[in-house]
This record gives sequence, structure tokens and C-alpha cells, in this order.
Amino acid sequence: MSDQPVAEAPQLGDVSVPELYRSGRAKQRRSQRNRIISYVVGIAVVATVVLAGDWGKIQRLYFSPGRAKDLFPEILTIATKNTLLYTAGAFIGGVSIGLVMAVMKMSPIRPYRWFATAYIEVFRGLPALLTIFIVGYGVPTAFGTQFPTIIGVGTAGPIALALVAGAYLAETLRAGVEGVPRGQLEAARSLGLSQAQTMRTVVVPQAFRLVIPPLTNELVLLLKDTALLSQLGTTAATVELTKFGKDQFQIDFNGTPFIAAGVMYLIITIPLTRLAAALERKLKASR
Amino acid sequence: MTVPAIELVDLHKAYGSNEVLKGIDLVVEAKQVVCIIGASGSGKSTLLRCVNRLEEPTGGHVLIDGVDITHPDCDLDLVRRNIGMVFQQFNLFPHLTALGNVTMAQRKVLKRSEAEANANGRAVLERVGLAEKADAFPSQLSGGQQQRVAIARALAMDPEMMLFDEATSALDPELVGDVLEVMRSLAADGMTMLVVTHEMGFARRVADHVVFMDQGVICEQGPPEQVLEHPATPRLQQFLQQVLEH
Ligand SMILES: Nc1ncnc2c1ncn2[C@@H]1O[C@H](COP(=O)(O)OP(=O)(O)O)[C@@H](O)[C@H]1O
Ligand SMILES: [Mg+2]
Repeated sequence: MSDQPVAEAPQLGDVSVPELYRSGRAKQRRSQRNRIISYVVGIAVVATVVLAGDWGKIQRLYFSPGRAKDLFPEILTIATKNTLLYTAGAFIGGVSIGLVMAVMKMSPIRPYRWFATAYIEVFRGLPALLTIFIVGYGVPTAFGTQFPTIIGVGTAGPIALALVAGAYLAETLRAGVEGVPRGQLEAARSLGLSQAQTMRTVVVPQAFRLVIPPLTNELVLLLKDTALLSQLGTTAATVELTKFGKDQFQIDFNGTPFIAAGVMYLIITIPLTRLAAALERKLKASR
Repeated sequence: MTVPAIELVDLHKAYGSNEVLKGIDLVVEAKQVVCIIGASGSGKSTLLRCVNRLEEPTGGHVLIDGVDITHPDCDLDLVRRNIGMVFQQFNLFPHLTALGNVTMAQRKVLKRSEAEANANGRAVLERVGLAEKADAFPSQLSGGQQQRVAIARALAMDPEMMLFDEATSALDPELVGDVLEVMRSLAADGMTMLVVTHEMGFARRVADHVVFMDQGVICEQGPPEQVLEHPATPRLQQFLQQVLEH
């Protein structure tokens, strides 16, 4: 009996079962330890900040309810309104330019493609602020005309932002159209749909769901980029949120207006990105 | 004398220097079922796609009901509505329900009213056994169901003839039967069909005429018994051997 070979201990490849489990336990312990370390570090950082900060002063200078109250209603009726107007103008203009450039870039006619490529390269390659200066100061000087004012706000800023956004959106929209599989076009054409009908009923609806996330992203970026327009020189009536915050800060060097402006931005951007995510989920469900 | 439904005359197609079709002559009579068999890469899909000019032939003529549709003035949209096409990858419109898929072209191309398109759409879905799936999106259907909706989509246009490009090749084996059954019933109802397939059983039982393609030419053709049971050329003998081994 004793000289009979003992039934072989269970193996997985060349790893014995006890070794398999021991190794697994060691990995679990390691990841648990790492998590504890990260918590400790996090708490230490927060504690340092809390202890080092002069909270009375911070509260007085940045979270002053009295100072915040002074900002109303102008922060809404002028600054936020103008920010939204600049953003909307730039977005609508940018999508329009982007559409035209995307179509030109996909055109079989070569000069159209060249033009679109040049446009996209130039406006993606320049800093947005420089484009804003060129449009805002350069163009009126060069052509001896002023940009018109529409609903009380200047148009130079949104036009400059639209030029930049158009370059980015051209690529976004083109990627959306080209993301629709070739078989979709073939199926539509085989049913007798014309090129234009295929575009409208098959390509655009499918491209649309592909571009919703990047389009929302661009909208949020534009909203934040309107802060650059403060560099164009604004009046009390055409000021946007960031400049409004700075102007208010300079009255008494209380930073509460900065925080208030920040809150306004977030009130707009967070629901926007949430909405986009929800929309994307919903469209994905019907795919 | 009746005109053939489809007639290909000395059809050529090249991609750059790659000659894919090297002079194809083929006749499909009205109400006939013609099956095209042949190894992968022999040009079967290209031939089929030249029939409704999804692919532009580089030479020769395509005649539909005796009309040369390779004429430069030909309005292809008017031609294509009469020629249903079923693809290997289904190509259903993912943003539309099954009913949406089968009604969209009726409305846009044939200008049917919504009520008329819906009634006809439900009828063709019923025809392929999927009446209860009218409101399902393609992503909610199995491959076999999707392909049957794709057939219904083509049928909804009341086409005079149908082209099938390996309609069952992308399907799991257990789903092939339902699709073949729909195709068989279409053939029984007298639909003119040009079918690229690897299903030799279908070709043997349903086809009036079988065409074997090899390297861009028609190598052999004739009634199914003759072509499939008594292959004359070594190439076809070898091809059938390989198919049977699978
Ligand atoms: N769009 C295309 N561009 C270049 N070559 C192609 C294209 N489509 C097909 N071909 C070539 O044509 C040949 C025949 O293809 P295809 O008609 O799809 O064959 P089959 O359907 O018999 O498998 C293949 O060699 C393929 O590489
Ligand atoms: Mg093929």
C-alpha cells in the first residue's frame, strides 16, 4: 500500500492548487493595502489644506454671501445672458462652417478639398486668442468697417470663435458621415433612393448619433472659450461671465465674484454633459 | 419572343489593373431562378453588383427587360426600384424599426401614403414570417430574422426581380433554413431571382439554371442536375469536391 504511488496532487498546468490560492490571496492583500495607502494619503492632503488654510479669511474673501448678493441681477441678466449669446452664436456659426467644410472636404472636386484642408489646418493651428485678435482688431482696420452689434452684443467675438470651432467641427462631422458603413448607402441606393434621399434618410440620422458626444463637447469648450472674448474690450453691457467676475473683483478685491461666475458656468455645463450622456445611451439602445 | 429579365453582354469589370470580370455573357429569363456558384474571389459579388450598377462596369452591357441600363443617360434610381437586392451582411437601417425599414423606401421612392406603406409593410413582414417583429429594431433581432426583414424590405418595393448575394453566409447554421425557406417560396411564386450562394442543396432543388464562375469568367453553366451532378471541367469538379467536404 505504502509503495503505491500517491494519487497526484491536483495541478493546473505546472501550478499546484495550494500555490494557486496562495498567489490569489497575496494579490488581494496587495490591492487592499494599496487602497488603504491611497485613502491615508488623501485624508492627509485634505487635513493639511484644512489646517493650513485661514478659513475665516477664505470665507470672507471668496464665499461672502453679502458680496454674492450684490452681483444679482447683473450676473444673470447681463453676464450669463451674454455668455450664452456668444456661445450660441459661435456654435451655430461653427456648425454651419463645419458642415460646409466637411462637405467640401469630401467633395470629388479637388480645389474644394484643398480649400477645406487649408481652412482646417489654419484655424486649428492658430491659438484661438490670436484669431480673436485678428478678427476683432485686424479685420475692422483692414476693411474700414465695424462688426455689427446684434441684440446688444458684439459679433466679432462669436465670429472668431465660430471660425475656430468650424475647423474642429468640420473634422467631427466628416468623421460622423464616414462612420456610416458603406453597406448602408448601398442598401439605400439599391432600393432606388437618390443620393440626396440617401443622405437625408440614412446617412445623416446615423451620423448624427455618432457626432452627438463630440458636438456637445465642442459646445462646452466654446462656452468656456467665450472667456477669451474679455480680451476684446467689452462694455458693461457686453461683458461675459469671466470678465464680469474680474471687473467685480477689482471693485473691492473680494474674490466671491470669481466663485459665483464659476458656479454659473457649472450650472450650464454639467447638465449639458449629463444630457449628452443620456442622449447617447438612449440612441445606443436603438442600435 | 420574350425579352430576358436580365441579360449581361460581354461584361467587364476591372479595379485598376485587376480584371475581376473578363467578359461575362449571361441570360436570366423572367420567372427563372439562376444560381451562381464559385470560389471566393471569383467575381460573383462583383457580377451581381453590376446588374443594378452599384458597381460600374468597365465594359459591356447590362440589359434589364431588354433596356440597356449601361447607357449614360439611364436614370439608375428608376431602374433599381425594380430590382430588389439582399446583401450578405443584411445592411438593415439600424435607426429604424423593422416596419420602418420596410416602409421607408415605399414612402420616399414610390411616394406611397403612410397608411398604404404600413399596410404593405406589414404584409411583407407577414410574408417572411415576422409580422410580430414590426416594432423591433434590427439590434433586437437574430441574424436570420434580420435577413428576412432585409428580404421584406426589398419585396416591399414590388420588385420585378431579386438579387441575393450569399444571403445565408453570415448566419449561424441553425438560422439558415428559415431564410432559404423564404427564398424557396419566392421562387415558387414566380419571382425572377439571381442568387449567389454556397448552398448546393438550394441550388439543386430551386435553381432552373446554375452558373459556375471561376476567375472572372463563366466556366460552366446549365441545368442543376447537369452542372452539379456531372461537372465537365476539372475546376468545377474540384470546387464541388471542396464544397462537399465541408
Ligand atoms: N472595391 C474593390 N476594389 C478593389 N478590388 C475589389 C473590390 N471589390 C472586389 N474586389 C476584388 O475583386 C475580386 C472578386 O471579388 P468578389 O466579386 O467579391 O468575389 P466573390 O464574391 O466571388 O467572392 C477579388 O479579388 C476582390 O479582391
Ligand atoms: Mg462575394
